[in-house]
Amino acid sequence: MSKDIVIKVDNVSKAFKLPHEKQSSLKGMFVNVFKKTRSFERQSALKDISFEVKKGEFFGIVGRNGGGKSTLLKLIAGIYSPDIGIITVNGKLTPFIELGVGFNHELTGRENVYLNGALLGFSRNEMAVMYDDIVAFAELERFMDQKLKNYSSGMQVRLAFSIAIRAESEILVMDEVLAVGDAAFQKKCFDVFRELKNQGRTIILVTHDMSNVERFCDRVLVLNESKIMKIGTPQEAATIYSRLNINSDKKADKSGIKKTIVNRWGAGGIRVKNLGFYDSKDTETSIFEVGGSIKIKIDIERDAALKNTQVVCGLAIYNQDGVNVTGPNSIEAPLNKDATTIEVRIPDINFAPGEYKLTTAIYNAEVTEPYDFLDKYDKFSIISDHTVHGLVEVRSSWTSN
Amino acid sequence: MLKKVFSKQNKALLSELVRTDFKLRYQGSVLGYAWSLLRPLMLFAILYMVFVKFLKLGGDIPHFPIYLLLGIVLWTFFVDITSQGLGSIVGRGDLIRKIRIPRWIIVVSTSVSALINLILNLIVVLVFMIFNQVDFLQTSLWLPLILVEIYMIGLGLSLFLSAAFVKYRDLSYIWEVIVQAGFYVTPILYSMTLITNITYQKILLMNPLAQSIQDARYAVVSHSPNVITIDSIFSSGIAVRLIPLGMCVLFLVIGVWYFKHEAENFAENL
Repeated sequence: MSKDIVIKVDNVSKAFKLPHEKQSSLKGMFVNVFKKTRSFERQSALKDISFEVKKGEFFGIVGRNGGGKSTLLKLIAGIYSPDIGIITVNGKLTPFIELGVGFNHELTGRENVYLNGALLGFSRNEMAVMYDDIVAFAELERFMDQKLKNYSSGMQVRLAFSIAIRAESEILVMDEVLAVGDAAFQKKCFDVFRELKNQGRTIILVTHDMSNVERFCDRVLVLNESKIMKIGTPQEAATIYSRLNINSDKKADKSGIKKTIVNRWGAGGIRVKNLGFYDSKDTETSIFEVGGSIKIKIDIERDAALKNTQVVCGLAIYNQDGVNVTGPNSIEAPLNKDATTIEVRIPDINFAPGEYKLTTAIYNAEVTEPYDFLDKYDKFSIISDHTVHGLVEVRSSWTSN
Repeated sequence: MLKKVFSKQNKALLSELVRTDFKLRYQGSVLGYAWSLLRPLMLFAILYMVFVKFLKLGGDIPHFPIYLLLGIVLWTFFVDITSQGLGSIVGRGDLIRKIRIPRWIIVVSTSVSALINLILNLIVVLVFMIFNQVDFLQTSLWLPLILVEIYMIGLGLSLFLSAAFVKYRDLSYIWEVIVQAGFYVTPILYSMTLITNITYQKILLMNPLAQSIQDARYAVVSHSPNVITIDSIFSSGIAVRLIPLGMCVLFLVIGVWYFKHEAENFAENL
């Protein structure tokens, strides 16, 4: 193993046994005891994982829930042992994967500092030297003689983080550390991360939060369904990760537009039958790049009596916060009287990355009463290989003298 | 190997775990630590009333109350170390699933807590001895060795039990019953002279706990011939002693081996 590689994971697989025994009766229990073959289901948590982490690298691991992130982290930290494969760690590794492990709610903050320190391998004397710094960093001077159960969860995390960063290990392994804590404390954590990185320590961060990944990580591993999907730059990983999330959403509802749903109303007679999103190549998709072209195709069905009725089609696009970003409609360019397919193209959809919901409405010509109103029913997503600040990205040119 | 076992980090962790254990044990009770003395004393008071005052047992043994108390204290030590050891790994599952520390430290820390309790209790025994005007016997100096023997059995068993308990949760109930039975199989309440069949006496003393408790009583309380020990019952001398001693070493070896074998799977089995 070359010198600048600190962690080498070689062809590692791990599965867990899930016992298939629901013993509801005493008899069943006895039968199970005497039956030699117990039924197990082997649930694979990781399959053929191989990667290397270099010295001084800030390495991110992202993936959906249940994708194997925590299992991988536990394997690296030596809490689990792999079924197949070898994990080599070159250097001292933090032994914990979560903050505040071993914190006891019945003990005071002070006592917990010493206990947690001991778990990291510090003696009482060593902890006594660091004690004031730890408390000051956590900003908990007034609370140290209170029992931990009276702390808020944010306070506990602050205390835990303050102790954890004292661990004199070359490799830090952290799982979702930044989930709790207010903005000010998170900033403090980031400063610490930067400093640790400057000191040349290797850090492995497991997270859901892609903005943290983009901010800190040098390389990122994307885990999906127990396998490595990609090891690459944070940008590449972010794109893949957001696509992963969207795909699974897509899988979840493939049912088409239902006739009666809660967020649908209108006079009827003219109804939206089908709705699809298409990219510049006219392929159906629900993922678009920032600045890309999007076409929305709406199929409508009309009752015989309304075969030749002028309608107005209106759209509204909402972002994740429920803000109406834009709302194009067909008043300016009247539709055919007998239209059954309506298409609208937005050549450059310059919204910030995220998930958007579409409201579709078919109104009468006077726009007083809807025939059909589908409120925030369809979804599409915008992804980006770069960070977009604000709600939309506008073209800008800059000059300077 | 030993250097690694007794490293600075391990010692710090062990002492911190023991400290925590003591702080938490009597959390919220008014009398606090005093309970570790009061518990065996109260048990002693009950047994003394029933067996010495009402049933008039132990008349043939000098300082029978002390003899009884010492037996109870040693037996309590054994029960403490094994019962607390049994639940230690499961009870500390939060640590095991999330941090890489040597697993045995958790079991050893409970045994050290039990040891500290024993020392406190032995001080109580000493106070009673002074009140009861028991002569100091030179053989008392053997006591530490006898304690080491009980500690070895206790630690070996708790390593085994704690590891097995991860997989088989029925064990805590089974162990409760075994301890209950052991209390009567071991001559704690009654003098061995009550057993008239000498073969039974011999078999009884093959139990390392019976052997060590009787030895401790002989060494500390009285050399009366009615305090039957393995030496007084077997004429063949030292060789027989090896049987309970061997059992004790065997317990420890099996315990350590099984624990080591199971330890790496604790995190996922818990």
